[in-house]
Amino acid sequence: MTTRQALRVNPAKTCQPIGAMYAALGINRCLPHSHGSQGCCSYHRSHLTRHYKEPVMASTSSFTEGASVFGGSPNLRQSLKTIFQVYDPDVVAVHTTCLSETIGDDIPTIVKKAADDGIVPEGKWVIHASTPSYVGSHVTGFSNMVKGMASYFTRESSVKHKDQVNILPGYVEPSDMREIKGMVSEMGLKPLVFPDTSDVLDTPKTGEYHMYPRGGITVPDLMKTGSSLHTMALGQFSSLDAASYMDHKANVPFTLVDIPIGVKATDRFLQGIMDATGAEPTGSMLDDRGRLVDMMTDYQHYLYGKKVALWGDPDQVISLAEFLVSMGMKPVYLVTGTPGKVFEKRLTSITSDGNFEPVIAQNQDLFYLHQLIKNEPVDLLMGNTYGKYIARAEDIPFVRYGFPILDRAGHSYFPSVGYRGGMHLLSTIVNTILDRMDRDAPEERFELVL
Amino acid sequence: MSDLKTGPGVDLDEFIEETISIYPAKVAKKRRGHMLVRDGGQEGLNQTINANARSVPGIITQRGCCYAGCKGVVIGPYGDMVHITHGPVGCGFYSWMTRRNLFRPGPDKKNYSQYCFSTDMQEHDIIFGGEKKLKQAIREAYETFRPNAISVHATCPVGLIGDDVAAVAREAEKELGVKVLAFNCEGYKGVSQSAGHHIANNRLFSDVVGTKDQAVEGYSVNVLGEYNIGGDAWEIERVLEKCGIKVAATFSGDGKYETMTYAHMASLNLVMCHRSINYLAEMMETKYGIPWAKVNFIGIRAMSKSLRKIAAFFDDPELTSRIEQVIAEEEKLALDGIAPYRARLEGKTAMLFVGGSRAHHYQDLLRDLGMIPVAAGYEFAHRDDYEGRQALKDIKLDADSRNIEELKVNPDPDRYRPRLSPEKLEQLEKDKVLKSYDGMLPDMPQGTLVVDDISHVELERLILTLKPDLLLSGIKDKYIIEKFGVPSKQLHNYDYSGPFAGYRGAVNFAGEIDMMINNPAWKLVSNPFKRKPLLQAGLGTDQ
Ligand code: SF4
Ligand code: SF4
Repeated sequence: MTTRQALRVNPAKTCQPIGAMYAALGINRCLPHSHGSQGCCSYHRSHLTRHYKEPVMASTSSFTEGASVFGGSPNLRQSLKTIFQVYDPDVVAVHTTCLSETIGDDIPTIVKKAADDGIVPEGKWVIHASTPSYVGSHVTGFSNMVKGMASYFTRESSVKHKDQVNILPGYVEPSDMREIKGMVSEMGLKPLVFPDTSDVLDTPKTGEYHMYPRGGITVPDLMKTGSSLHTMALGQFSSLDAASYMDHKANVPFTLVDIPIGVKATDRFLQGIMDATGAEPTGSMLDDRGRLVDMMTDYQHYLYGKKVALWGDPDQVISLAEFLVSMGMKPVYLVTGTPGKVFEKRLTSITSDGNFEPVIAQNQDLFYLHQLIKNEPVDLLMGNTYGKYIARAEDIPFVRYGFPILDRAGHSYFPSVGYRGGMHLLSTIVNTILDRMDRDAPEERFELVL
Repeated sequence: MSDLKTGPGVDLDEFIEETISIYPAKVAKKRRGHMLVRDGGQEGLNQTINANARSVPGIITQRGCCYAGCKGVVIGPYGDMVHITHGPVGCGFYSWMTRRNLFRPGPDKKNYSQYCFSTDMQEHDIIFGGEKKLKQAIREAYETFRPNAISVHATCPVGLIGDDVAAVAREAEKELGVKVLAFNCEGYKGVSQSAGHHIANNRLFSDVVGTKDQAVEGYSVNVLGEYNIGGDAWEIERVLEKCGIKVAATFSGDGKYETMTYAHMASLNLVMCHRSINYLAEMMETKYGIPWAKVNFIGIRAMSKSLRKIAAFFDDPELTSRIEQVIAEEEKLALDGIAPYRARLEGKTAMLFVGGSRAHHYQDLLRDLGMIPVAAGYEFAHRDDYEGRQALKDIKLDADSRNIEELKVNPDPDRYRPRLSPEKLEQLEKDKVLKSYDGMLPDMPQGTLVVDDISHVELERLILTLKPDLLLSGIKDKYIIEKFGVPSKQLHNYDYSGPFAGYRGAVNFAGEIDMMINNPAWKLVSNPFKRKPLLQAGLGTDQ
């Protein structure tokens, strides 16, 4: 295998601002603002739009050469003025691009000055996150913006409401956020989920367009996060920073768990909530759990021992790998583009009793993954859309999972978290494998009952 | 007064004033110059519009950046080349096959169009400079893939930290013995993608075109500014070949590196997207004596008209009669093909806000379908794309354009070859066959609206006020528009279908538009549940 030191081929990650933009959309009446040249904003909006098939709003500071040399402060001031007058959001969530980061624009200072000069109307908010694209990945950008939300809104509070929990859902789909919110509510708690992109990036079609849809966590709710009994942080890469920040600042303890994909991770998520609040999962949730386990055993003969290549965002790959291992599958290649040694550590322990030797690689790309597969093929691919070239070249069945999915439907509507999400995910995996069996079956082995 | 369906009750001038009143005063003044109501389609009645000016910070615009114009639009489609984005990972990632510029490899089977190459710069590279990494990346790309040529595209931070990409490319070229083209297309240059088109044109012209003298036989043309979205270039080529016309090179849809090197040997340049590539056409004319004709291959009659321009240029009775034969045959098939759709689309209104040529080109096709374009505008065009090339003399260079290099071009002492006699050339120019583009405005009848660099609020207000049956735009707008219940087709990448060019493309398009407008699903949009009268439903507790 050729080793490359400088050239990235088919990246398995993208840049910070798109994650920050996605997170910001999960605040009610918030307009994400990209501080840099307009191309980045255009690219990020386009890509999110392709994934969600929904309007994605964001404004930009539209840097030209001058701003790049002399700094973007006038552009941001002018932006804020225009934004509040024309679009009237409650919150403007500013993130930087690699350009404004390299110049070194100091957003808080510029914003403070703008507020002092009356450019930010009374009762409106401008929050920010620093998201240089040459550090980390889109997951880092998401995490930074979530932390930004906490740092601007979370208030210290001596009163803690024992039925109120903060949920940091991690970089997941609107459907997942809805599912997580639903589970916690079903346990009789009031979840403050942020960000919450459900009802923002999966809005109904009614003939009316609302620039600020109904969904997203509201500013008043965000300001209550300091009075929550506990924070559940899902996914180390996407949620840890904000959770520990809230712990420090407002004394809200947190439990860090994986994104609840599959039985075990969902169990741990619910156990975490139980331990913190005393609330218990309902009977119907336990029934869902039972149904998922039922499916896992019903279909085990299609899954057991199957080798899988998995790539994507680290928090997702970690949870998904555990789910696959729990069904006796072998995720032999585990690749993420996002840098971070924890990825390798966590997956090593998850796969340790799986009776196979996985290749686990952070900060890698899909060309590398393809080479691994060429050397030793797998039975199934799971990852974002960009894997379709590998799937076609090697003729391997492919379940799309993660971000972004540009060429299939359903990902933003059907959850993959929780027990119900697990059922949906599992049926997708099994059906993909069955379709392939049918396709490949010789005439005499083409069976009706599978 | 408008004579359009949308006319009654809508005073467009008033509409413009109301729309800009939403903005802060200074912004309103700026935006005012980018909008006009057509006050007549007749010649001689000139209207001017402001274009290619900076977008106002904070305004939600459709525009992208210089890099997107250079790598994304013009250079990216060369599938036998490796295109390296020098910068952090994002820019390269987002321009990874998203424009759907299809590519069919040549006999050497080289095809890298599905790959995304980036130097994925890290903090360390930003602080200490990324030249070494770039050099190494070029080496690795060459060793792993052996492409026919390599391009390197600088992104915003690269320009800022001052990496000399041109020098790195020159060294790499020497070391590896393969062409390495460097583009300083940092995103912040210019005011839109347009700057990137210009930068791309300059480099192709100075470093590639004319580097190999290989004769091209027969009636040969280059097709410029055709990006083979959804296979457009293939339909155009099919028709041209049927007429007996050979396409020497396409810039750049389905483009091969080598064909560019001898493109200067062709007889005529056909310019599709005037905005993105008129620079190259002009420079090739000055240096090699290749005349250029503006064509539009979108729409049945537009296609025929363009073919007749080619016939007029070559002026060979045999070729002309073959072209006429093809036109007759293909037009009939296409008109028959669209007929059932036309019956359902006749009289429907459409708006087009896209690109730097498509918003004009597609009006011909819409008219073929009996539809009425009521409003249109470009995302990143210049005044000449609206007002015609006579506007060129009035356009003053501003600070943002001055930074884009203008190449000084002279006739090549060995390779300049006039294609026509001076008299013939003059005649064809007078007949507007060559070197002429009248722009979008003359094609838009009285009472239509033109908006340059349309912003989100303007678009939203237009939909609410003019209630079009169809809106042709891009990915960022599509789902906004459709939430209103108005179908929207992406004209940058065709919503995953195509081709729409040429005769067969027109039939495709007709089918697509019919599907979009007449899909029964749209009828389900509004709330079906009538509220029961209060008296029956309630217990009267509110009294
Ligand atoms: S990598 Fe930087 S310049 Fe490129 S799209 Fe991302 S933020 Fe913009
Ligand atoms: S007008 Fe269209 S083809 Fe031309 S550069 Fe624009 S989007 Fe591209």
